[in-house]
Amino acid sequence: MSQKEIMAMTNVVTPNQPVIFDPEYCTGCNNCVETCQVDVYIPHPEKGMPPIILHPDECWYCGCCANDCPTEGAMKFNWPLQSRAYWKNKETGEIGQV
Amino acid sequence: MTTWHDYLKKEGQPPSWPYPVRFEEEQEIEADVLVVGGGIAGCWAAISAARTGAKVVLLEKGDTVRSGAGGPGCDHWCNAPANPHSRVDPDEWAEHMAEGPYNCGIGVQIQCREDWDTLLEMEQMGGKIRDTNDEYVGAEGRYDDTKLMFSPRYGVKHNLFPEPGAGEPGFNPPEERSNVVIRIWGSTFKPALKKECRRLGVKVMDRVAGTSLLTENGVQGERVIGATGLNSRTGEVVIVKSKSTVISTGGAGDLWLMNTELCGMSSMHPRTWTGEGLVMAFKAGAEIANLEVSMPIGIATGLKHKWYSGAGDASYENVPIVDANGKRVPFPIQGWEDAGAMIPPPDIQMKVAEDVKKGIYELPFYGDWPSMSDVERRATWNLMLGEESTTKIIIDTFNQAGFDESRDLQQSYKFIEGAGLPQWRNGGGNFMMDWNLKTNLDGLYVAGTQLLGGQDHSYCAATGRYAGRKAAAYAKEIPQGNVSRDQIQKEKDRIYAPARRDSGIEWKEFHAGMARINQYYNSEFKTENLFRIGLGALERMEKEFAPQLYASDPHKLLRTVEDLTMLEHSKMIIQASMARKASRMGFMRIDFPEMDPPEWNKFLVAKLVNDRFTTRMQEQRFWGNMKEQYEKHNSDYEGVYNIK
Repeated sequence: MSQKEIMAMTNVVTPNQPVIFDPEYCTGCNNCVETCQVDVYIPHPEKGMPPIILHPDECWYCGCCANDCPTEGAMKFNWPLQSRAYWKNKETGEIGQV
Repeated sequence: MTTWHDYLKKEGQPPSWPYPVRFEEEQEIEADVLVVGGGIAGCWAAISAARTGAKVVLLEKGDTVRSGAGGPGCDHWCNAPANPHSRVDPDEWAEHMAEGPYNCGIGVQIQCREDWDTLLEMEQMGGKIRDTNDEYVGAEGRYDDTKLMFSPRYGVKHNLFPEPGAGEPGFNPPEERSNVVIRIWGSTFKPALKKECRRLGVKVMDRVAGTSLLTENGVQGERVIGATGLNSRTGEVVIVKSKSTVISTGGAGDLWLMNTELCGMSSMHPRTWTGEGLVMAFKAGAEIANLEVSMPIGIATGLKHKWYSGAGDASYENVPIVDANGKRVPFPIQGWEDAGAMIPPPDIQMKVAEDVKKGIYELPFYGDWPSMSDVERRATWNLMLGEESTTKIIIDTFNQAGFDESRDLQQSYKFIEGAGLPQWRNGGGNFMMDWNLKTNLDGLYVAGTQLLGGQDHSYCAATGRYAGRKAAAYAKEIPQGNVSRDQIQKEKDRIYAPARRDSGIEWKEFHAGMARINQYYNSEFKTENLFRIGLGALERMEKEFAPQLYASDPHKLLRTVEDLTMLEHSKMIIQASMARKASRMGFMRIDFPEMDPPEWNKFLVAKLVNDRFTTRMQEQRFWGNMKEQYEKHNSDYEGVYNIK
């Protein structure tokens, strides 16, 4: 196995990824950058690329970026693990979780 | 490849700041009316001022399209007793809503008289207020002629706890309901308000947070003649000279919350709620009441699930709460059967807790959506939760993950998540105002949730619309004031200090330090000794640590300035707390336990005089006869404005 260069990095903030972009669909229109009240995102330096998530720790999970995204499939809300809610099928009792 | 760390790994260096950096640079603008804060109240203030022909500037910390607590949406238009289906008199209903101690009748009277008109104007702008697509035909509370839909909230009267007989047959009959709370499609509102601002020529300045008010010749207590703002993307300072100013910012969201990383998981309020409107007005000489009052955060507390979970949280309407075996739990459901009661009485709450430990109710609890009729279920899931603020993304996520509300029980986290700490609180003051929504300072008007007695979305809309027209009328009568260059320079020195340093303490640690002091000394346990220690600790933050604050970019600079504001706010709260030598609702002193003795059964009102913290006591119900006062001040009110 070849030697992989490892950069010295700080820990990431938690949670770190309130949304997941799909570069196949995202047009880099930056509507989410403008919709977000707290500037979770900045535009990517390369035009047409999905924005960079710069301040994920300030997200209040209002959902407006995803609600107002003009391109279906471009971004998916990504709830942090501690906030993934549960449900139960009333008939079978099977437990579900988002 | 969308996180910052991914980018760094790939490119070997972080991205450059994407916006032009203009630290220390000034942009100067003149306006007739300046509005600080572009949420629901601020947009309405800007719109109503602009309709009179005034030149209006609106400063908004985020982007007006979705900013503020009402930005994502709203499902209830509360207190609209002037609507055609209402069974109550608007003035009588306003009196009813203003009952109870430490309330205020001014804003609620305005709301009850004018928010139906406001809603009709919202409809003209493109907001959806009726079931025009006939999606909910047959739902209780829907009128086929107007297609308006009423909520079970405020059934006959407005009560948090169930009335006697709740849940029994014949209780809350349809023909006796007040019909004052209208279900709305509030996610359509904010973009429409921004569009209308633009159409009317309002200069909307997004990403600019107000930082200070300018006063005549820079003198505290004199007429307010403008404000300074900070652009959180460019770092530029904006100086607005205005004939009148409306403050319509939100409250203080996280003075007591230490963890900045998870703040978004907890709060009912947007991250942008940092209390600067109230603090900048106070520093200018405005009177603030209720500074000492704070309450534990009751809904979506702390770091728990924000997912709507019901079970006594009053989280959604008409959804029965059952235990893990399907047994109904005796909590009200804010529904038709209990006339919108929101909270179980304390004795029921305690009984259920005991029964859980005895095994009579098995955890977890669930919201029993499948037991509801199809139309009521859709009205709650799709309309109420789909439109109410941050819940649209929640129901979408549920459904995308496979949850089927007609088949599945939605889990509640009551009990199993533990209780929120009483040290996690909310509160910290309200504007004193008169019947023009004017403060004690000439030129300064206020609207929205931070008013004395401030309430929800429709309150903010109605008071914003009202304050805008009053501020515009004042601006017509008076020239621009005399701005003090010295005042501007002092403010620039204050806000830019963290950007002038090369290193130091960053805002998050500063925030945590301040929040910890508030948790220890300015929270549930109130004594003179704790207050003194707390005030000393805050003063040390101010003298020793604030001069070390460092911000490397405009965004961090704004967060740093917000925390400096919160530090001042914390000091104001402790000083007011020390001044009240008795207990009252929302303020229980261990060393002065007597509740509301006559000499203290009043509002405590604070004001800076020559930078000295002063207080006075204000009799409750100072607003006089609500109907008479409203009519006296609004003989020229023209009703619904015809937009087209």
